[in-house]
Amino acid sequence: MTAPDAELPAFSEPASPSALGGGFMVICQVVLGLVLLLLWQGASGRLVDNFFISNPLDVARRLIGWIADGSLFLHIWATVYATVMGFVAGAVIGVVLGIWLGVSPFTSRLLNPYLNALNALPKVALAPLFVLWFGLGIESKIALAAVLVLFLVFLNTYAGVREVDQDLIDGARLMKATRVQVITKVIIPSAMSWVFAGLKISVPYALIGAVLGEMIAANRGLGYLVQFSGSQFDTAGVFAVLIVIALLAVALNFLVEIVQHRMQQWRVIGR
Amino acid sequence: MIDLRHVSKTFRKRDETVEAVRDINLTIAQKEIVAIIGPSGCGKSTLLNMIAGLYAPSSGSIVYKGARVSDVNTDAGYMTQKDNLLPWRTVRDNVAFPLELAGIDKSARADRADQVIKHVGLDGFAHRYPHELSGGMRKRACLARMLIYGAETALLDEPFAALDAQLKLAMHDLLLKLAAETGQTVVLVTHDLMEAVTLADRVLVCTRRPATLALEQRIELKRPRDVLNVRFTNEFKEHYDALWERLRVEYQEERV
Repeated sequence: MTAPDAELPAFSEPASPSALGGGFMVICQVVLGLVLLLLWQGASGRLVDNFFISNPLDVARRLIGWIADGSLFLHIWATVYATVMGFVAGAVIGVVLGIWLGVSPFTSRLLNPYLNALNALPKVALAPLFVLWFGLGIESKIALAAVLVLFLVFLNTYAGVREVDQDLIDGARLMKATRVQVITKVIIPSAMSWVFAGLKISVPYALIGAVLGEMIAANRGLGYLVQFSGSQFDTAGVFAVLIVIALLAVALNFLVEIVQHRMQQWRVIGR
Repeated sequence: MIDLRHVSKTFRKRDETVEAVRDINLTIAQKEIVAIIGPSGCGKSTLLNMIAGLYAPSSGSIVYKGARVSDVNTDAGYMTQKDNLLPWRTVRDNVAFPLELAGIDKSARADRADQVIKHVGLDGFAHRYPHELSGGMRKRACLARMLIYGAETALLDEPFAALDAQLKLAMHDLLLKLAAETGQTVVLVTHDLMEAVTLADRVLVCTRRPATLALEQRIELKRPRDVLNVRFTNEFKEHYDALWERLRVEYQEERV
């Protein structure tokens, strides 16, 4: 579980970009990227065999080819769909489970050892089971993404519910609140900042789940594409997919930042 | 109205047992203001929690208006040192919370909330969040909330302990005003003897843990009391000294 205030270290821009010259820094970053690409192009075939590291031009040609025949978008769409569906399914189940176990001490004690065992289990190892259960289609990828998200969201929600100030609950009960009212009007709003923290950290895991699922058994998706390219000894293809996955991950993080910004009010007054 | 009969409470934590309250007998009349005073951690708060029905006594019984308290006592309002306002609600929504729980519609409860907010001197702060208010304002909001749902009995657990001396006086004044208007029964737990004598009709001195009643003293000061000046009268001093004499014994034992 992660406390709402915990910020994962991110390689994002420093707190005050203007202090480092804003636009100037962007130029430096672009120049660094170009220099690295040139070094890569130069090293390929001279210092290291082209077979192992390919080269930027081949990677670009591969990307352009995939874009031209439209196949790339098919794969991106499959991965995005599995990521989003997996995230939503995992988040909903995680929140519901977290609240339910958070407010039922008996059940949570009863299930405690089993939940610990399940949580300690590397969820990726469940993939073959999901393929058996849900088939080779998108459902097994959604399931894998969902199960990764589920535990993170569940643990955060559960911790958030347990953290609720008992005095607030007692106060509401003295004001004639029913059990349902205590849950909906005190416990859930109070746990909200924890829930958001859980949702935020679990977004990248949804992508990991979807891509891993596709690598194990699929006929579309970016995970399938990277796996397929690798098995064809197509290094340029592998690099091309990795770039697409990285861009997708960045786009997802950006989305999360925007949503978080919108939710800022909750985080502040949730304390 | 509130009857405590041979009430004892023992907490068990694994192998450790802590006896917090031992054999307390006490009757509190309607509209009476009772202050319970004693050293920190002596079990006063436990006593209050039992009257609120949040804990059940280990032995003995608590009778509230003829019925035995076996569940949360919803006729009572509760206020602690920590103000239990919901941090994600504005003052108005916090004050209106009991009405919302009772299913009263939104405009009616906003109107009523604004009335009591004004009554406790918080007008202009209805749309603020608790973390934007000072400690004294949060206490006023708590009192407003207690007022709005007409709690018959106010259970106050060191409510003003964190406030500075001037604010405390203002809150004492407000509390007495509200209690007189509503005819509330007040049970106040405190470790401030000045506060106890200023507010109460009767002061009970608790011993160190396990809490038993060591002394009971009626405070025959006329009402309405002027909370600022009552402390300089001779009668006040007599009450204060008599109580302090007994209380000192408890504190001295604690030091040894």
